[in-house]
Amino acid sequence: MYGATPYWFLLPAFVVYAAFLLYPLGRAVQISLYEWDGLSLATFVGLANYADVLTDAALRAAFGHALVLIVFFAVLPLGIGLVLAALLMRARVRGLAFFRTVVFLPQVIAMVVVAVAWRQIYAPDGLLNTALRAVGLDALTRTWLGDFTLTLPAVGLIGTWVCTGLVTVLLMAGMARIPQDLYEAATLDGAGPVRTFLAITVPSVRPEIVVSLVLTIIAALKTFDLVFVTTRGGPGSTTTVPSYEVYRRAFELGEVGSAAAVAVVLTALIFLLNLAVNRIGERER
Amino acid sequence: MTTTRSRRAAGLGVLAGAALALAACTPGSNTAGDDGGETSGEPTDVRTDISDVGDVTLTVWDQEVRGGQNEQIERLNEAFMEAYPNVEIQRETQSTDDLNATLRLALTGEDAPDVTQVNNSRSQMGQYVGAGQLLPLDDYAEAYGWHDRFGDSVLQNSSYSPDGVTFGEGSVYGLPQVGEVVGVYYNRDKLDELGLEVPQTWSEFVDQLPAIADRGETPLMLGNLDQWPALHVFGPVQGAYVDPAEIRDLGFGNAGATWTDDANLQAAATVQEWAEEGYFGDGFNGADYDAVWQSFTEGEGVYLMAGSWLAADIHAAMGETAGFFAPPPTEEGAGPVTTGGTGLPFAVTSQAEHPDVAAAYIDFLTDADAMEVIAETGNMPVVETSEHEAPDSLNAEVYEAYDRTITDGALLPYLDWATPTMGETLGQGLQSLLAGEMSPEEFTQAAEADYSEFVDSNQ
Repeated sequence: MYGATPYWFLLPAFVVYAAFLLYPLGRAVQISLYEWDGLSLATFVGLANYADVLTDAALRAAFGHALVLIVFFAVLPLGIGLVLAALLMRARVRGLAFFRTVVFLPQVIAMVVVAVAWRQIYAPDGLLNTALRAVGLDALTRTWLGDFTLTLPAVGLIGTWVCTGLVTVLLMAGMARIPQDLYEAATLDGAGPVRTFLAITVPSVRPEIVVSLVLTIIAALKTFDLVFVTTRGGPGSTTTVPSYEVYRRAFELGEVGSAAAVAVVLTALIFLLNLAVNRIGERER
Repeated sequence: MTTTRSRRAAGLGVLAGAALALAACTPGSNTAGDDGGETSGEPTDVRTDISDVGDVTLTVWDQEVRGGQNEQIERLNEAFMEAYPNVEIQRETQSTDDLNATLRLALTGEDAPDVTQVNNSRSQMGQYVGAGQLLPLDDYAEAYGWHDRFGDSVLQNSSYSPDGVTFGEGSVYGLPQVGEVVGVYYNRDKLDELGLEVPQTWSEFVDQLPAIADRGETPLMLGNLDQWPALHVFGPVQGAYVDPAEIRDLGFGNAGATWTDDANLQAAATVQEWAEEGYFGDGFNGADYDAVWQSFTEGEGVYLMAGSWLAADIHAAMGETAGFFAPPPTEEGAGPVTTGGTGLPFAVTSQAEHPDVAAAYIDFLTDADAMEVIAETGNMPVVETSEHEAPDSLNAEVYEAYDRTITDGALLPYLDWATPTMGETLGQGLQSLLAGEMSPEEFTQAAEADYSEFVDSNQ
């Protein structure tokens, strides 16, 4: 009816979007098809960089670690966040705003600062081991960032700590929308707190669950600063992640094409996972 | 329906536009490196007197950000501009990490610096040399007599073949100001308490470790969370078992050596045994490098294997209590063999408009007068080290160890220079080796795989 007119209004925003997002993205895809050291003329190698990404065992392990991190960045915070938000909303505690702020605080702090702080906490003589020794649990003390099996979960738990606040606050906003009479009716019908939580609270905040999963899964997959500061991928190669590989290949090894290929694969993976989350979230509504 | 169609049309338009924009150029086709050959190919007349070249602005990138480092550069820059009023130095300084990250882009752009500090490694200097972005300085080396000023064990660290394939020989591409050496810091009081003396031979040193451990002390402090610190323990150990010439080939990533021989295997087995015996203390793989040397200054442990760059800080914290010796030689009286090198060398880019001025500047930064300034500001001069007065008692011992290493012994390259990926291969490997997750055989095989793959692809 309006013809092309509406699109002219979109144009300015689109130009900015294209210049700063679509063009770099396209350029990254293009570079990923070349073997390029960032210095001399590149040679076209087709999909060879992608073949390397798929066959490189070290890189596959890095993607595996990122998937493990999803559990710590997305799944755990969602579980904790649901319970915490429900408690905070239903208990009608005083100083709700204060608790909300405290829970959200890790999200406000720069990730590098978080990582430096946790590096101290996890140090051999750090807060965690000192606390364990103080209560007589010497047997449980570990070299948290130097243990070949425990370091990945230890790094993941930092992510849980950071993401829980965001998820909780999002879910609280969703829960505030639920009409109180729903709970009243359920209580009259004899439903206990667990039953109302599962039958009313959780289904009502489905959109918020989807949003928080999208955000935290992205955070998990693109983790770079946390690993870079705490472990640099160690001990051995037990905490390497794809984003760190992108940085290392581009800036340290001078394999810009290969770095772009890893980045493109990572972007595609993030996109697909979130597409799946959205599809599932919408279908079951 | 019209909306769908026009939406589709708009989408196609976007894709077409993007494709056009991208098809425009191959990555790297607009870089300055392509014509680098022209500037470096023809040997121009080398001029050492630059007072009559007219007004020149020299852009210099360095990473001398810390106290004494910054001071010496400021003083030398000022002196240079006083000596040559026609030259103005435009200095841009940033941290080492930032320099490493930004230089690659800068060299391919329009605004490349004239003179810059470059990391010696293959993944930095090697690649820039191969891409024709740094100027070979052989003509200047002859004119200024750099080969007499610096020994080969110093100049090899910034020498490459012009195609960037061979490291450690060929043309000189840069000059360093300061020296670095990895050795053993010790706590004098602790040694006295334990009734031990500074070991004169390697076997004496090795025998002391269990003796120290039996007394409940940590023999060798190590904080290996960041993976690279263990390389500075392994380097000297390797020096005790493996022929220096072979380590040089391994470290420079040149063909003709192997990681899997008995000597390297023995070195790997030795550090693993030390870890198993608990000589590195508890949780060394999860301990922070800085935190560990700081706890060493607070009286923990007896020995700390680390580089000369810690001397000023350790002396500030421990005073006369701290001492330093080069890893003792296998035979008494021989020269020490250890890991070390130079500070980041200053190189001339092929985009430099006045190579004569740039070379004169580099010469000025590294001549005898400059070494005096470097020593005065608490840095370790790269040549004639022991002739200069050290700023404190600990540095005096460091100067002596370095001087003996470059004159009588062998200064071995950092092992991670060998290939672009070697830092990670060895870092992860040593963490695994020390934790018992890898056997010495697996460790040397992993290093060999990295080394031989690179050497093969580099031929």
